[in-house]
Amino acid sequence: MILIQAPFLNLQAILDGVMIGAIFALVAYGMALAWGVMNIINIAQGEFVILGGYITFAVYKLGFSPFLGAPLSFAFLFVLGFLLYKLIVNRVVDKDMFISILATFGISIMIRQIMNLIFGSQVETALTGLGTVFLFDHNITIALVKLSSFAIAIAGAIGVIYFMKVSKLGRAIRATAQNARAARILGVNTEKVYAYTYAINAALCGLAGSLVVMTYTIHPYMGLPYTVRSFMIVIVAGLGNIPGVLASGLGLGAMEELASYAFGTEYRIGLVFLLLVFILVYRSKKLAKRREYLK
Amino acid sequence: MMSDRKELIGFLIIFVFGILAPIVAPSHRIQFSELFIFMVFALTWNIQGGKMGYNTFGNIIFFGLGMYLCASTQISYAFNLSEWTAAGGINTFVHTIPEYFISLPLGLLVAAIVPTLVALVLGSFMLILRGHYFAIGTLGLGIAAGEFATTMDIWGGGMGMTVPIWPKVDGQDLELFLGVGVDFFFYLTFVLFLITFFTLRWLYSTRFGLILTAIRDNEDKAEAMGIPTMRYKVTGWLFSAFFMGLAGALFGNINGYIEPNEVAFNGATFGVYMVLMTILGGKGTLWGPIIGAILFQLFKEFFWTYFLGWQLVALGFLIVIIVVFFPEGLMGWLRGKKPEWFGEVVDKKARLAQVTINTND
Repeated sequence: MILIQAPFLNLQAILDGVMIGAIFALVAYGMALAWGVMNIINIAQGEFVILGGYITFAVYKLGFSPFLGAPLSFAFLFVLGFLLYKLIVNRVVDKDMFISILATFGISIMIRQIMNLIFGSQVETALTGLGTVFLFDHNITIALVKLSSFAIAIAGAIGVIYFMKVSKLGRAIRATAQNARAARILGVNTEKVYAYTYAINAALCGLAGSLVVMTYTIHPYMGLPYTVRSFMIVIVAGLGNIPGVLASGLGLGAMEELASYAFGTEYRIGLVFLLLVFILVYRSKKLAKRREYLK
Repeated sequence: MMSDRKELIGFLIIFVFGILAPIVAPSHRIQFSELFIFMVFALTWNIQGGKMGYNTFGNIIFFGLGMYLCASTQISYAFNLSEWTAAGGINTFVHTIPEYFISLPLGLLVAAIVPTLVALVLGSFMLILRGHYFAIGTLGLGIAAGEFATTMDIWGGGMGMTVPIWPKVDGQDLELFLGVGVDFFFYLTFVLFLITFFTLRWLYSTRFGLILTAIRDNEDKAEAMGIPTMRYKVTGWLFSAFFMGLAGALFGNINGYIEPNEVAFNGATFGVYMVLMTILGGKGTLWGPIIGAILFQLFKEFFWTYFLGWQLVALGFLIVIIVVFFPEGLMGWLRGKKPEWFGEVVDKKARLAQVTINTND
């Protein structure tokens, strides 16, 4: 009801949603990359996001601008992703997918608890000191920090897509995603490709996390919803559909904001998870008519 | 399946343990009841994850639901539920003995029936999903359940609620009396474990068990053979939900306190424990989950005693180790070493030939 009666509230919710949706899309792009290339579902995705947030938060606490933390989070998570691949993930890549889900679940529990021990369990945020723009008689507010994080997220995504198109490593990654065996025959070192793919995925999450801490809040236990959101975005868009990932990321953000205006913010996370179930069941039902199922 | 003699030894060990444990080591009774609850976890998870090949993270829903429903039934039998949660429970309201012993069976009944019905509804659409989509879908469902329980004010929301305490007779020593309560719930969990175990043992020996295995091996073929696979998958889930609901009801009473995300719908601990225990012991076998639960409880107590504060980090590490290095579990490893123990006919020559082929590979 409230959605129809208050047009400005509506517009406000959609704007906020789209701006956070860009961050979701960035995380989802990382997941699609790891899923498409290595055939693993990385449950630790959300914990990478929160860890990236904490790196930026530490930079902010030391007295620097949080924007400086964004490249630092990116670099730190890149190294961490590389190490995690070399230590753990390389052993589960060619196994059953459920094994990789469980293994990354274990990684996510470890990272989450270590963050809880180091940074404590308070809700944290980093202030950028950017102002707010008012439109339409103060009916619509746009926080400049949200706008700039939107711009950084989009720029980051475009940067990675460009990197995939142009660089040698990017081409090797795309070749491996198409057919790992053929790529190996043609001289691509797939082991190296996997390691860099996982590292790029983690780095994207780290960048997203530093945007999250600037625009919203972080908490050690807030990771899993990001994992579920990115999973949801990827299955809606389909693997390898990059514009689709962006579109469904923005759409999910807008939908979440609208839903939390309509039902109250305490239902927000629960609704995200229910939406996931709904999408999965809906797609499966449609496929089941043709005697197929989601693969 | 194991040979009859070894199975008999297994039964004997469990019976002796179940009857003597509270007498021999009274200070560990709560850990032992938890062990039996964990065995029920692993046994019921094994119906989906092991026998049927449907890796679920969602069985925790029935556990949490059973816990909340049993406690609310116990309370509402004698008092007003919302007043109870508002008061924070403990000393203001105490059940009399007849009230307690009538409300507990009622609570158990509700905690068994309602989760089973919920499984019927959820299963009718969730079990269309396959493979990792089912795993992630049920993971989402479990967390959504926890989130919605947080918004339920009648259950104390995120603060949680207390469970009726063991009724006290006037003039009795309180400590002794609470001790009797601990013994009582220990034997209840033991009985629950026995019922679960023998039901599943019988279930796996019927045509139903064969069909579950057929679904795991190739669902499309099973369907092509004329088996209504959906009906069997849902029925399998009903069994899990029934026993998980009861396990939750008992666990709530043992724990004395219910909270949505840390106790009842705790997908990150209990929801993963059941998967780990089954994998550790060996999925798809009858005894694997039991052995896995015993090993896991030993690990857990060790971590919780010596790495307090870091116990969950250690848990994450344990998950990675088990999954990466022992994906077949203890029973799988044993089966590879001693196939004749599992009633497999072993042709020494063929086995030798197989080994040489493997080494040449």
